[in-house]
Amino acid sequence: MGPGLIRDLGVGLVALVALLLIPGLTGSAALSDFLIYVAAYGLLAMSLNLLTGYTGLVSFGHAAYFASGAYSFGLLMQSGTVSIPVAFVLAVGFSALTALIVGAICVRLKEIYFAFLTLAFQMMFHSIILTWVSLTGGDQGLMGGIPRPAFWGIDLTSPRAFYTFCMIVFVICILLLRQIVQSPFGHTLRMIRDNPDRAVFLGVNAYRAKLLSFVLAGSVASVGGVLLALFASGAYPEFAYWTMSGQAIFMIMLGGSRVFLGPLLGAVLLQGLNHYVTGVTEHHGLVLGIVIVVAVLGLRRGLADFALDWREARRERAAAARPAAPSGGNA
Amino acid sequence: MDLTALFGCLSVPACAVTQVSTGLIIGMLLFLVASGLSLIFGVLGVINFAHGAFYMLGAYFALAGYQLTGNFVVAMAAGAGGMALFGAIFERLFISRIYGRDVLMQLLLCYAFVLILDDMVKIIWGAEYQMMGMPQSFALPPMFIAGGPVPPYYLFMICASVTVGAILWIGIAKTRFGKLVRAAAHNPQMVGALGVNTSVLYASVFGIGSLLAGLAGALAAPVRTLTPGMGLSILIESFIVTVIGGMGSIVGAFVASLLIGLTRSFGSIGFPLFVDGAMFVMMGLVLILRPSGLFGRQV
Repeated sequence: MGPGLIRDLGVGLVALVALLLIPGLTGSAALSDFLIYVAAYGLLAMSLNLLTGYTGLVSFGHAAYFASGAYSFGLLMQSGTVSIPVAFVLAVGFSALTALIVGAICVRLKEIYFAFLTLAFQMMFHSIILTWVSLTGGDQGLMGGIPRPAFWGIDLTSPRAFYTFCMIVFVICILLLRQIVQSPFGHTLRMIRDNPDRAVFLGVNAYRAKLLSFVLAGSVASVGGVLLALFASGAYPEFAYWTMSGQAIFMIMLGGSRVFLGPLLGAVLLQGLNHYVTGVTEHHGLVLGIVIVVAVLGLRRGLADFALDWREARRERAAAARPAAPSGGNA
Repeated sequence: MDLTALFGCLSVPACAVTQVSTGLIIGMLLFLVASGLSLIFGVLGVINFAHGAFYMLGAYFALAGYQLTGNFVVAMAAGAGGMALFGAIFERLFISRIYGRDVLMQLLLCYAFVLILDDMVKIIWGAEYQMMGMPQSFALPPMFIAGGPVPPYYLFMICASVTVGAILWIGIAKTRFGKLVRAAAHNPQMVGALGVNTSVLYASVFGIGSLLAGLAGALAAPVRTLTPGMGLSILIESFIVTVIGGMGSIVGAFVASLLIGLTRSFGSIGFPLFVDGAMFVMMGLVLILRPSGLFGRQV
């Protein structure tokens, strides 16, 4: 139970209601599809920020867990022996286990070496998917569709029910991440990021904390993978390709890493740009590139971080403009 | 997996020679790109994610030069010289604004230029595959080494790359400019305080790094099909080379490039689907056992 739990739950509930009302109000199927994309990629980016923004570990291989969630869930559902909730839990569990093994090796390394080793593991994963054709379908991806049998009286074949399911899972995961970040453990992670030596002197087992952060981030990413696999009714090797991890990093950088929901804003921006610009011009790389250049050279940080700094600067100016106000009772 | 085919090829000299020569030219191109990447990272501290796009531009510049004049030397000069100029201007306009900033921000900016340059090439030269064709002076019958055919152009590529590598190594180890570069990598403020114009130095280092990528692209143009986005795979491979060889080590980059080139050419016979996997396994092993790379300084 971190502080502010009640407030976060309230905000989460309001956000959920709003998300569920949006497609009903506009009646646009394209919009709800877009929001499902944002939810899946948003979970990827938000979970990566637990590592990158809060623990200071820049992973280039985070999409490996996204893909392992998608593939293991898809394979379990195609086997026809388990229901959706069981497959969901098993897929996340499998991804957590993978993250535990990979993380145990990777978190010993620092900075750029950590980044490259996670990249190497992800690409090995990608190569295994390509090579093990009999299980994964190779470069064709997991074909044959993913069935959505009804469970607990819920029928996910209806688009409305599926959308509701995705949004509920999405909001729960974001609340979970919020709890992790606000908990004492979350503050330990920040300390490891800012001053690893001090953390160790204070008796923190930095290796264990980093590994736990790695596993938690991987698990949440795998939930994003499960949602996308269900939505696309398949899993594709591109999920495990390094460009997917790259996209997650760009979402964080565009949105901002110091504000909790920054990466989610980045996911909305990047997905929005992708969807909108591809509809208007075939040169969407050119447009996206120019937007990024302007953002990097103009804002010099993510959009949410920029807004945060702007608000703080304004508050400081306001405080400076005010004549020496009584400054507490300890003068 | 077809390991019998691999051993079969290794036991036949003709097949082995063909594969080794293919592996060597892949390795040489990689070496040029990776040493440029490594030089820029070592001195400026920037991971130039757009380096693969520079390789692509070098190839297209060479194509344009060749189509205009029909002269191979002009094509090489257009690729290498054009990219050197492009790189120096690029550094002044964009990279110089982000020194010392968050590594991820630098990465994001470079990635934006990958997108922009790919699309620019698409607009100027079209999205279709382009061929430059073998220049007249190299349109000779292949030489036979132990019964295996080797195109003369391959030998030229290998000699040219080794020469450039040697010049680079001597330039950095023995000349005054090389000393300044090494000093700037170590302590740029001090170099600036001693009256060296570091802005010019930085721009020229970035220009030299870009020249190497452009030269690799120009050398590759006669034997590769040109397409927007062709720089992506060589970029990732040069990262692998830099990690395996050790950051900032030219000798390391050379050895690792050969290793990756040969893995690629022999792997395509023995384990075609797992070639990328094998390269990343090697990179992973090096990172776990010796994070500073085979030839890097121990950290």
